[in-house]
Amino acid sequence: MSEKFDLSEDRLLSRSVVDAVNSWDDPLDSDNALHATIQFYMHNRAWKYIFVVACFIAIIFVAGYTVTIGSVNIGFMEAYQTIWNHLTGNIIDTRADYVVWTLRMPRVIGGIFAGAGLAICGVVMQNTLKNPLADPYTTGVSSGASLGATLLMTVFGLGLGSTWGTIGAFVFAMIPVGIMILITKMKDASPTTMIMAGIGIMYIFNAITTMMMLSAEAQTMQAIYNWQVGTLDLLKWEQLPVMAIVVIAGIVISMLVSGKLNVLATGDESAKAMGIDAEKLRIWCLILVGIVSAAVVAFTGLIGFVGLVAPHITRLFIGSDNKFLLPASAVFGGMLMIVADAVGRIILFPEVIQVGVIMSFIGGPVFLMLLLGSKRQMW
Amino acid sequence: MTEIVLENVTFGYTEGHPIIQDINLKIDEPGLYCILGPNGVGKSTLVKCVNKILVPTSGRVTIDGMDIAEMTHAEISKYIGYVPVASNEAFAMSVLDTIMVGRYNHRRWGSESVDLEMVYRAMKLLRIRNLANRNFNALSAGQHQKVSIARGIVQETPVLILDEPTANLDVKYQVYVTELLRAFAEKKGVAVLTISHDLNITAKYAHKIIMLERPGRVFKVGTPQEVMTKENVEKVYGISCEVHDHDGYPLLVFGGALMDDDDMIDDKADFEKDTSFKFLVKNFFKSSMRTKHHEKK
Repeated sequence: MSEKFDLSEDRLLSRSVVDAVNSWDDPLDSDNALHATIQFYMHNRAWKYIFVVACFIAIIFVAGYTVTIGSVNIGFMEAYQTIWNHLTGNIIDTRADYVVWTLRMPRVIGGIFAGAGLAICGVVMQNTLKNPLADPYTTGVSSGASLGATLLMTVFGLGLGSTWGTIGAFVFAMIPVGIMILITKMKDASPTTMIMAGIGIMYIFNAITTMMMLSAEAQTMQAIYNWQVGTLDLLKWEQLPVMAIVVIAGIVISMLVSGKLNVLATGDESAKAMGIDAEKLRIWCLILVGIVSAAVVAFTGLIGFVGLVAPHITRLFIGSDNKFLLPASAVFGGMLMIVADAVGRIILFPEVIQVGVIMSFIGGPVFLMLLLGSKRQMW
Repeated sequence: MTEIVLENVTFGYTEGHPIIQDINLKIDEPGLYCILGPNGVGKSTLVKCVNKILVPTSGRVTIDGMDIAEMTHAEISKYIGYVPVASNEAFAMSVLDTIMVGRYNHRRWGSESVDLEMVYRAMKLLRIRNLANRNFNALSAGQHQKVSIARGIVQETPVLILDEPTANLDVKYQVYVTELLRAFAEKKGVAVLTISHDLNITAKYAHKIIMLERPGRVFKVGTPQEVMTKENVEKVYGISCEVHDHDGYPLLVFGGALMDDDDMIDDKADFEKDTSFKFLVKNFFKSSMRTKHHEKK
């Protein structure tokens, strides 16, 4: 048998099969169904790009609006004007510049990066652990960071966002990741086991954190509490570079492996058969998630809902192809974060409700609505 | 033609309990190879050993003389494609995107139109063009099967392994897909290795049959005429059957199943495994987090 084997010599084969296989190499130029298929594919993809761009534009508008919120009155257009003036080095109103650029902008920019970072962590975790419930929060990574920061705050009296507090959060966030990796190394652990281990660690860490809070002074306790519900209040320009660099690197790296994540979604066995070492990929992805979420959590505290919900809502719109899902969730997560923050600052003005609370408050119902309203089978 | 050789391949999850043992096989010419054998004899285990999804406990597998133990999954995947038993996926994409995943090893910058065309050809071949934009998880078991086979075909490997490709298909598509795999193997000069349960379809369309017997050994390898004899089928499957000659091919007519001692309790420890209270308590103290997952060695 060779390339030139004439299928019609095989008397076992029926006409339809011979024709189907013989026409395999035929040119498809005049195949209308192919053109229709490709056209639909391209259109669909265009819509996915539009979704990303739309979220991006929404971010710019919401960001502008968020900057206007606060006790100092600054108009919508004035906000953009002030930012533009600052960027071009042409500061006219120093008071407005101080309020917008120094006080409010770090919060907005930091919020966007935090949302984006947590969202991609969610996508990567859900994919590598094959579980729609996985995100840095549910797998204990955030709790680790929280414990680290609390420890440094209570024992060493360090402030939130300080270099050592950040390093502490970093180190402790890697503990659950390390344990999950250890479990895959030690026994035949399924992704579900890894998540269960993460949840177990989350409870232990939360218990330790609570115990430390009990013995903390009132002031420290307030700081820890703030941090535990998640807030953007404490973001300063000096802290943003670390978070921004880590989050951007995280987005870029995860997008580079998005093709691999798609293959992994077909199952470990078939991923291996297509040349991907499923276990190794899972470990590297967990490390990536640990670093990115620690970088976010160290500055903002525990904001629980973004990592879980941003990927799911994005999936409802553009599907599960990670090539699009990753950037889209990042942009959507960033948007969700600053919207929630804006809402938290408006509804009880001048009181501020922490972004973590609002996130759960509006994120939960919206998520349920989309979930129940969606006719497609998603999970 | 890529040559795959299995030498004394043995595999088991626990020591002393091999699932397959001393398997010697050679796949060195194009054609449709079908693995037959009763439930639990190690058919799936065998094919997973061929591309290192499972690492044999002893023996070796070579591709063109190279030992796969020393090859990475990425290198092996250039030679061997694999289609597992289809099932729902955690985060399903469209059928088109799902089959596109099979092009993973061929995708380059700008190769998209070529890949799309290949995916389209595969969908056309399996008659699923209409499903292109459906969500994979919304499909029926039979449709899953066709999509998975298409994903295997677009990998364009010299060897393609399919684990029960016709399991959920109706009789028309069982015949169609089997014929298709045979014709594809002949036309493209590739080796297609499948696991199958329908003896008559296999007897007609396979170029070569690999028949396994308990406990996990190769019983016979040969053409359908050589392997599909009354004695062989009765011995391996434990069912009485007549084998007629139908136009030069064996046609099997089954009599009664010979249910002698299939489920005899010969190992008490084995019998009490998994769910008995005693076992569970013992297991709890031994290790509290054991899972059923046996992907890794």
